[in-house]
Amino acid sequence: MSGSPWRAYRSVALGVAWRTTHNAFTTPNILIPSLAFPFFFFAAFVGGLSQLSSLPGFDFPAGYTAFQFVFVLLQSAAFGGVFTGFGIARDFEHGFARRLMLAAPYRSAIIVGYGLAALARWALTATLLTIVALILRMDVSGSGVDVVGLFFLALLVNICALGWSAGVATRLRTMQAGPAMQMPVFLILFFAPVYVPLTLLSGWIHTVATFNPVTYFLEAGRGFISGEPEYVAGAFATALCLGILAAFWAVRGMRRAEAAGG
Amino acid sequence: MTRLQVASLARRSILRTLRQPAYVLPPLLFPTLLVAVNAAGLRPSTMLQGFPTDSFLAFAVAVPFIQGALFATMNAGTDLARDIQNGFLNRLALTPMRGSALLAGHLAGVIVMGFVQSVFYLAFALAFGVDIASGPAGAVMILVLATLISAGFGMLGAFMALRTGSGESIQAFFPVLFIFLFMSSMNAPRNLMTVDWFRTVATINPVSYLIEAVRSLVITGWNAEALLLGFAVALGLIIVSTVVASHALHVRMTRT
Repeated sequence: MSGSPWRAYRSVALGVAWRTTHNAFTTPNILIPSLAFPFFFFAAFVGGLSQLSSLPGFDFPAGYTAFQFVFVLLQSAAFGGVFTGFGIARDFEHGFARRLMLAAPYRSAIIVGYGLAALARWALTATLLTIVALILRMDVSGSGVDVVGLFFLALLVNICALGWSAGVATRLRTMQAGPAMQMPVFLILFFAPVYVPLTLLSGWIHTVATFNPVTYFLEAGRGFISGEPEYVAGAFATALCLGILAAFWAVRGMRRAEAAGG
Repeated sequence: MTRLQVASLARRSILRTLRQPAYVLPPLLFPTLLVAVNAAGLRPSTMLQGFPTDSFLAFAVAVPFIQGALFATMNAGTDLARDIQNGFLNRLALTPMRGSALLAGHLAGVIVMGFVQSVFYLAFALAFGVDIASGPAGAVMILVLATLISAGFGMLGAFMALRTGSGESIQAFFPVLFIFLFMSSMNAPRNLMTVDWFRTVATINPVSYLIEAVRSLVITGWNAEALLLGFAVALGLIIVSTVVASHALHVRMTRT
């Protein structure tokens, strides 16, 4: 190992990021589902449920396409992190992670590398999704700053999901951990006001959604796209806190994996 | 002789399915969880003018029957692909076993699992207060139709396994099958869809008719048109998938 610690750290992070991104982008079995799923959710929700916007009390000025775009964007960010978690589990199962830990002087740099890969993966999905939404004439009433805010919020969701999945993957170190990574993320996303605003929900789902942080990510995101931002500080503060907790969970998981011999 | 072959392979198929919790639990839990979440989130849909019921759970409870059948496709296909990958099919080819016996026996596990799933979904619906508008006979009809649907999708899984010979490829098909579910009338009646292209896709998607047949028995009663269309699609799926699976088996045995 030569050069400064920073250079070594960066080298590990970029090396892991490059390998993971390369694998994701050159393996159709990995790339296609992660790209296709958000589009089909978007098509199914916008196409099949847009009549919900005519419900009394459904007051969203930018229209149903924009309403669902925010959910699918955040969902794609979350699943971009989860799918990268699958890759981490695969690396452990096949023994690559053990060799990686022998060569890498900084464990957290490995996590950062996977995080960069998750970001690259989601960036492709988000770009294509936005292009499709604009082709479908999605109404964006928010300013440039609002739109940047929306994508930055989604990026934080990506980091949270990656941290969660990496923590699970490094603790269980098998591909069979897939459902344990995926199901909680799926549930927390769908226990939010996905199809209609919070005010139109009733019963147990309203109670659950009120305490679900994803609700406030959605409300803030929908506020950004409609040009009427709300819950912004709360949403960003919550996303940052969850991101820090998830990063801590992932780094501790990596230490556990190291203690267990990879 | 053929009957003995079918019985032996059916017993193996059923036991293998029931012995794997990963094949039994997800098809039971995942569809019911999804329908519970969707029923809660989409309850406001019932306020739309013309919505056929005031309970979204009653409207959506048809979906698990189809989703469970999609799991049957994956499980049946993955099992058969494993038989191909580990050489079981090659060894079987050395015996006087008939191809039809292999397919029929293999399908037995799927049919049993499809029936068990359907009973579970029906019990779930009744436990959460869904009234079956067509009565007890309608409930039996739902079980029959759902089992036929599982058989059709199971044979489709067998075809994919025989064609590709790879469990991983079968798993990769899962999202494709899911697309058929999501692009159907699973979340809204077709007459209430306001987006033209989506209504067209849902109308030409055969999965819509399977869902609507089960749904009609739950919320409408005895709707001859919906039932005829549903049974026609289910039987058509069984016939087409059996023909293509038989052909794929013939090709694979020739290669062997």
